[in-house]
Amino acid sequence: MADRKSYDGVAVCAPVTIPYRRFSTNSAHWWIGRALRELTRQAGLRPKDLDGLSVSSFTIGPDTAIGLTQHFGLAPRWLDHVPLGGASGVVALRRAARAVQAGDADFVACVAGDTNHVDSFRKTLSTFSRFAQDAVYPYASGGANASFALITRNYMNAYGARREDFAKICVAQRDNAIGFPYALMKAKLTLDDYMSARAVCDPIHLYDCVMPCAGAEAFLVCREEAARSLGLARVRVLSTIERHNAFADDPIQIRGGWALDVAEFWAMAGIGPGDADLLQTYDDYPVIAMMQFEDLGFCQKGEGPEFVRSHTLTNDGSFPHNTSGGQLSVGQAGAAGGYLGLVEAIRQLTGQPLGGVVPDARLAVVSGFGMINFDRGLASAAAALARAA
Amino acid sequence: MTDPLAFARAIATGSVRVIDLTQTLAPDFPTIALPPEFGQCAPFRLEEVSRYDARGPAWYWNNFSMGEHTGTHFDAPIHWVSGKDLPNNAVDTIDPANFIAPAAVIDCSTESARDADFVLTVAFVEAWEARHGKIEPGNWVLLRTDWSKKPPNAYAGMREDGAHTPGPSPDVVKWLVEQRDVRGFGTETIGTDAGQAHHFNPPYPAHFYMHGKGRFGLQCLTNLDLLPPKGAVIVAAPLKIKQGSGSPLRVLALVPGTPS
Amino acid sequence: MSKPLPPPKRKNPLRKTPAPLSPQGVRSRTAHGLTAAAAQGRFALQVCADCGAIVYPPRDACPVCLSARLPFRDIDNTGTLIAETTVRVSTDSYFREHLPWRVGTVKLDAGPVLVAHLHDDAREGARVRLALKLDKSGAPVMLALPAQETDNMQDDPQLRELTCDPKFRRVLITDGRTAVGQAMAKAFSDAGAAIVFVGLADQWKPFPGMDALRAIERVEVVPLDVTDTESVAEQAQQNGGRVDIVVNTAEYIRAGGIVDRQGLTVARTEIDVRYLGLLRLAQAFGPAMRARGGDGVNSATAFVNLLSVYALMNWPSYGAYAAVEAACLSATQAMRAELRPGGVKVVNVFFGPLETEWFEAVPPPKVAPARLASAVIDALRHGLEDVFVGEIAQDVRARLAVNPKALERELAG
Repeated sequence: MADRKSYDGVAVCAPVTIPYRRFSTNSAHWWIGRALRELTRQAGLRPKDLDGLSVSSFTIGPDTAIGLTQHFGLAPRWLDHVPLGGASGVVALRRAARAVQAGDADFVACVAGDTNHVDSFRKTLSTFSRFAQDAVYPYASGGANASFALITRNYMNAYGARREDFAKICVAQRDNAIGFPYALMKAKLTLDDYMSARAVCDPIHLYDCVMPCAGAEAFLVCREEAARSLGLARVRVLSTIERHNAFADDPIQIRGGWALDVAEFWAMAGIGPGDADLLQTYDDYPVIAMMQFEDLGFCQKGEGPEFVRSHTLTNDGSFPHNTSGGQLSVGQAGAAGGYLGLVEAIRQLTGQPLGGVVPDARLAVVSGFGMINFDRGLASAAAALARAA
Repeated sequence: MTDPLAFARAIATGSVRVIDLTQTLAPDFPTIALPPEFGQCAPFRLEEVSRYDARGPAWYWNNFSMGEHTGTHFDAPIHWVSGKDLPNNAVDTIDPANFIAPAAVIDCSTESARDADFVLTVAFVEAWEARHGKIEPGNWVLLRTDWSKKPPNAYAGMREDGAHTPGPSPDVVKWLVEQRDVRGFGTETIGTDAGQAHHFNPPYPAHFYMHGKGRFGLQCLTNLDLLPPKGAVIVAAPLKIKQGSGSPLRVLALVPGTPS
Repeated sequence: MSKPLPPPKRKNPLRKTPAPLSPQGVRSRTAHGLTAAAAQGRFALQVCADCGAIVYPPRDACPVCLSARLPFRDIDNTGTLIAETTVRVSTDSYFREHLPWRVGTVKLDAGPVLVAHLHDDAREGARVRLALKLDKSGAPVMLALPAQETDNMQDDPQLRELTCDPKFRRVLITDGRTAVGQAMAKAFSDAGAAIVFVGLADQWKPFPGMDALRAIERVEVVPLDVTDTESVAEQAQQNGGRVDIVVNTAEYIRAGGIVDRQGLTVARTEIDVRYLGLLRLAQAFGPAMRARGGDGVNSATAFVNLLSVYALMNWPSYGAYAAVEAACLSATQAMRAELRPGGVKVVNVFFGPLETEWFEAVPPPKVAPARLASAVIDALRHGLEDVFVGEIAQDVRARLAVNPKALERELAG
């Protein structure tokens, strides 16, 4: 395989979160529009300065990104629609980074936003994908909860993970969320709360599940010089990977695509797992967070439970993880869930966290995952980021 | 009496009473059952067109279907092979004057109650004439068996070897036609012939001899027990079906009433 | 082991009848290959014609070699249940009425991995047999059954939802006069039906087997003449609210063609008994059955049509009969769509010549009435939609699938 080109000269700045709401009568267009306005305000740009746009959303139908250009009065020379769910943030970043490196665009707004009407969830599930329609939804329509219950069950059988191990991840994330102003779930969560919660799809229980909500996240990708002249705190990209439909022969998903490209990930970044100051995993369910610990190289395959038992995952702990609380505590605003970790990592690395702080955060790993097409998450991606000097 | 208006007044005042000899046309009324490999008589069926509803808001009407020989019905000579070449032998060509005629009502209800295969004989009719007088020419001869009072299974009288219902012997039919010049023969049962008449010689003598001589048949009559042995006048006008072999019809008997 | 199903209690007249609900029934066009297999009780998946890969879920290009030639073929249905979950929360109205509901991941010996409904006796880690069933929306779903028969297997609640089991249900056999009608009454009584209503027209006409019919346990003879609209309406008014399965045994079979027959009275009767009879039954019983598709253990569940296989391709010796059967077949296809919202299955059971009087001149193989009745019970227990009984019917189906034109010529002799 050819050497990967570096991301020198690329800056990632202006982390934007529009405060989440459980239910919203507004459209996804409204949420994305608010994120774009806040992005321009933070970056000191006018809307027409944005000559690149990357959009991720499940609920802007019947529109796609092109409809939003006219909706928002933008005339970009680079346009991308990234329908990759939880992997959208890292994937949008990779694409936008190459665009500004090549001079195809100067200021790329990367935005993800979704609304959540009272019936959004059911409608999204029943038409999610062709394979889901033909081969999953008719089987009790349990949604992702049922699919991930099977994955969790298999992982527990294979590697001896116990509910208590997943609990530790969820409890630590809730501790991280308590200071985060936009978290929808801020009540302290104890091990006892977690263990005694009602079953949803065995072995998944209430606190294993994210809360679907409405919200939007965004960031700006531009060249280093531009960020400096605008006086924007910024972050550099050390490496990225992306892989879809990996390990199709695994009967049940027990590893994600990162495992295929993890060596390249660290080699390109020039750092090792031990160098990371914080890790933002895609946490639709704690079992996937545990898989990311393994597949990104923080421990061996099958040692996820042991890794969790032997580390503290709070912002002041031995392994700061999902530092604003992750989706499990903040909420999952559709595709914005794929941006949440990346936007929070930018904040921690630029010293402007909204909640709890990871002391002296210089290197962060952000991981994305998602799109259960049939029985497993197809998309995966990861980025290594560094505080700009 | 040559004044029809006087006749109408008599009906209106009740000095002439009208007795309905007709069974109601209904889907469950038995029809003649032939061996299954032959064509069958269509039963009476009603299909509602509308009943003050979306199909017709202010009216109620039906379409119906049936055979020429369904329910209370008239047999014309063309119905049988023996009458097929006679002139004016179909319901549309018979002289309508034939449709109004007196009737001799022969009561064999007691004998029929004892024996479902009761056969009317010349001797029985002669004994009846000794009491009530000779049967006049051009009269209907109606066989009262009270069969119409029976419940459906007994009425049809069907057993493993066919129907068992009363009817005339070959001799008496021949005699009624040749010696008494009757208008036709009428019964309460399904068919002018006895249930087991396919074993007679000739088979189905009422059909064979009556129609062979241009006489008529009436079947599935009722209320014969309300008629005097003599003196009733029968009105039996079949539908004017083109070359029809018979038709269901309203059979009315006019009998002397008590003057009002 | 499944618990034996207790007989349903008497319905509470003050409680609202549960509405019949359906799971999502949308499927891609390609996935309807599973619908066709499920309707006939077969287990079939796509097998790549170029590289032999067996693939699932249904798709339009082979994931191994990208070939577009992916016909459905019958394959081995054995596998292992590798993970299970009990769904306790669902976004679907139908499943919310049936929670908790077990589903699991099965690895087929043939290769693919799939999500399946789980029979109670299918346990994680154990060997299973897969069956394709049509759920209440009429769409195909996988059901994992234990590899060996278990006690009370047929009483499993999920299996009962996916089939039309006559046990504890009330059935109407529309005509008990014929050998087929009588065999049907006996078969349903033996299968555990709570009541077997048997319709008889013209009860003043005796027929062979009359006394034996009335003596069958739980048979109730009722007046019913499918050629009389009023008779059918009256029977529906009286008993329609407690008829869960209709089996239309009314028959009128006569040899004879179209050109080479004299007159139309036989044709009228064929149409009146078979086609209009079907319409009368559909109009009188259909709506009430559709409303009771979700009505508990003895919900309304199936309308069974006995159709000549020559409805699919005319056999000129019995050409007029075949033509009317074809009309009936088309009507049943409409009925299938109309009754589906109520979760009532329209089951078509096709047969060739029967071992009865009107086929006496036809040489064997022929189908005995008892065999036809047994096939109907079987079809209901398995939830099938399209059933072919006997060698001739299966032969016709096989030839139709290859070259209908050749069959047309062959049936003409």
